[in-house]
Amino acid sequence: MKRFAAWTAFLLGSLIFILPLFGMTEFSLSMRRGEYSFDAYASVLADPQFRETFTYSVVMALFTIVFGILLVVPTAYWVRLKMPGLRPVVEFITLMPLVIPAIVIVFGYIRLYNTSSWLPLTGSAMGTNILLMFGYTALALPYMYRAVDTGLRSIDIATLTEAAQSLGAGWTTIFARVILPNVFVAVLSGAFLTFAIVIGEFTLAALLNRPAFGPYLQLVGANKAYEPSALAVISFAITWLCMGLIQIVARLAPKPPAQPH
Amino acid sequence: MSEPFLSIQSVRKSFGATTVVQDFNLDVDKGEFISFLGPSGCGKTTMLRIVAGFEQPSAGRIVVDGKDVTGLKPNQRNIGMVFQAYALFPNMTVAQNIGFGLKVVGRPKAEIDARVAEMLALIKLGEFGARYPYQLSGGQQQRVALARAIAPKPRLLLLDEPLSALDAKVRVSLRDEIRAIQRELGITTIFVTHDQEEAMSMSDRIVVMNAGRADQVGAPFEVYNRPATRFVAGFVGTLNVLDAVVKDPASGAVEIGGVPVALARPVADAKSGDRISLALRPETISMTKEAGRSVAIPCTITAVNFLGSVIRISADANGNSLSFDTFNNPAAPPPTPGDRTTVHFSPADLLVLDA
Amino acid sequence: MSQTSTLGRWLSPQWFGVAPFFLFAFLFLILPALAIVIGAFRGADGGFTFDNIVGLNTPTIRNAYWVSIRVSFWSALLGCTIGFAMAAAATMGAMPRFIRSPLLTFSGVASNFAGLPLAFAFIATIGPAGLITVWLRTEFGINLRGATGFNLFSTTGLIVTYLFFQVPLMILIITPALDGLRREWREAAEILGATGAQYWRMVAFPILLPSLMGTFALLFANAFGAVATAFALAGPQLNIAPILLFSQIRGDVLGSPGLGYALAFGMIVITGLANALYLWLRARTERWQK
Repeated sequence: MKRFAAWTAFLLGSLIFILPLFGMTEFSLSMRRGEYSFDAYASVLADPQFRETFTYSVVMALFTIVFGILLVVPTAYWVRLKMPGLRPVVEFITLMPLVIPAIVIVFGYIRLYNTSSWLPLTGSAMGTNILLMFGYTALALPYMYRAVDTGLRSIDIATLTEAAQSLGAGWTTIFARVILPNVFVAVLSGAFLTFAIVIGEFTLAALLNRPAFGPYLQLVGANKAYEPSALAVISFAITWLCMGLIQIVARLAPKPPAQPH
Repeated sequence: MSEPFLSIQSVRKSFGATTVVQDFNLDVDKGEFISFLGPSGCGKTTMLRIVAGFEQPSAGRIVVDGKDVTGLKPNQRNIGMVFQAYALFPNMTVAQNIGFGLKVVGRPKAEIDARVAEMLALIKLGEFGARYPYQLSGGQQQRVALARAIAPKPRLLLLDEPLSALDAKVRVSLRDEIRAIQRELGITTIFVTHDQEEAMSMSDRIVVMNAGRADQVGAPFEVYNRPATRFVAGFVGTLNVLDAVVKDPASGAVEIGGVPVALARPVADAKSGDRISLALRPETISMTKEAGRSVAIPCTITAVNFLGSVIRISADANGNSLSFDTFNNPAAPPPTPGDRTTVHFSPADLLVLDA
Repeated sequence: MSQTSTLGRWLSPQWFGVAPFFLFAFLFLILPALAIVIGAFRGADGGFTFDNIVGLNTPTIRNAYWVSIRVSFWSALLGCTIGFAMAAAATMGAMPRFIRSPLLTFSGVASNFAGLPLAFAFIATIGPAGLITVWLRTEFGINLRGATGFNLFSTTGLIVTYLFFQVPLMILIITPALDGLRREWREAAEILGATGAQYWRMVAFPILLPSLMGTFALLFANAFGAVATAFALAGPQLNIAPILLFSQIRGDVLGSPGLGYALAFGMIVITGLANALYLWLRARTERWQK
């Protein structure tokens, strides 16, 4: 009876996922009347705008990842090592993007950093790109920080740092050669998550008027019939890939040695 | 009166191909305190969980107070249980924890309150009723767990290694407390432990378990002094095992390291020239010759461990290693390794072990 | 690690280690939020005013907030309920263990599959020409919209679509909490005479409550700020708060920049209130925690 209820709940719940995934796949293959074909995919891939916007978003994602790592890893490390009292404050800040909607944040950006402000980032394309990257970093902050902080918790950074210092290493060396390799897996998890978030992001890119993949999706969605489904399948595959890579990396990673409590 | 209060009849439990309990029979009288003693994996906890109803036996019956409870769910058995890791409900106060068993069966609030107060007094935590479990020490938590288990006046109390998570000092005082409460309430109790000292100090009878079977059931004195199997002899207390050669099975004449010894009993199932194993408790060996200690064996001291009131000495007697205790004597310093000495013991203390 | 404390620290060079982070957070998280709060109370002349807040009290804006709150509330509630049921089914021993790991991996993917592609997937499935819609019509002669009143481009459609990421998010967060329920608690309750329902009501549910409430607040905020999915489903004419703000930023549809600030401020207040409510309730229920 209990087993039956469990299976029922599980299978009914699964329909929420299975049906749309099945629907979009079926639809994406139905462009040619009466038979399945990859026409919708061919049409998408042949579109130069697809390639341009997708490349733009990939590049943005990579920059966001690098900036995010440089921002989050030293901070998480420093807070754990030297200023544990600050942890609640830093945690609160990193959780803010989950509470304040992205659209509100970008609205603030537009008002603060427009052409007539003290920091006219939106005045040039490059400036806007940088602002967009900052925005993406903010959106990914909760995930990135959490991943890195969890990674740091599993190693004894205080001892590692002292050991490195006793061997004469400077801060740059400690950071690049000791800390980063040890939280590599955690950082990669955060990176893939960031990638998945940035690649399809719509609100920030649309409101900052940048030619990203998200606004392109919206354009296709409003004007084409079958291509949106093909794009949905592609997006889902990318998300899978990112999550799959996180799992693979986590499995391949050397386990930290057991530590006394 | 001869009817046992709890009767475990031919119980067997298998998980897939592995059998963890087999051929288990035990009758427990009302008010008795029984220990299941054995190493981890011997099936003692599984047997306890079968009595509690968390596991169904593959064969056999559990009878409580004349009624077969084998098919009943745990919540229909009216049994109290204390778990190894306290298992107090963290979201309830001490008082709410203790009152839980009465609340779920719908007793009136006044009755619950009275019983909780009575229980708090019993475990001497009268002032702690409003606290939450995390505010208590391990020993206090386990006392609350005990009070929670006995508050609904269960027919049977099951204790699953309740002391193993505690500090050594707390462990000793709590075991006395548990035994005192058990005596006061006269509640039939099964206590699972891997600690032979705990089992011996608390129990009316001990069930020594090995590989899913009950090797021996008996009072602590009996189990310790007359172990039924080699496993029991080795697991309960420290034991010296000596190699001996049989000279005359009928009279019990043997030779230990070349020294002739006359055993108190004949050696069964052996013929002249057979090698057998004899066991000897450390406390039966002495370096001084006293009345009755007719066997004298020369040996060389190999190690001396000063334990405070007792000194444990290890020695080598012609290939047999021996371990024995002497009391600390401030006037006479202990021997040092390398010293030659002679140990004495009575042939009556030698136990013949099964091959 | 020792607890750092006291005033001496406040001016120490240690702060250089965290300065970049705080600078970033200040410029790109705190200051934007602050700008909106200030903007919401500033008139066209630059002086303090309540006009913008009062100006929110129009039928359109009131309705937009109300629809947003309803969509967020129901998608969060359903997401919590369904996600909880699935996580409980997979973790509480009623289903084989091998279900668990794929479920968590899939949840990780699905909770990140949001925005426009998600809308496309639902349009392809239960939109006017979607797979299920067509199937029901051709095989059974059922008109999904006519027979059930269901319209993907309505608030109900929005709630159903949001479930695709709300449910897996719930599964991801609640599974560790369910794992934290110790077997001994259930057994202790059982042997003390409690039924399964009593165990859930008196022990398991109270222990899980903080996690449940926290997730609910998170799911609520998650749905409340979602723009892309709604935008792709219904376009700019769907009257919910984030889309109204989107249109306002793009083209000043409200006719007053101050009103845009007030609208955004209102959104912060609502998600902030949801979280404050959560924190308050958690403080009440967590008396028993360290």
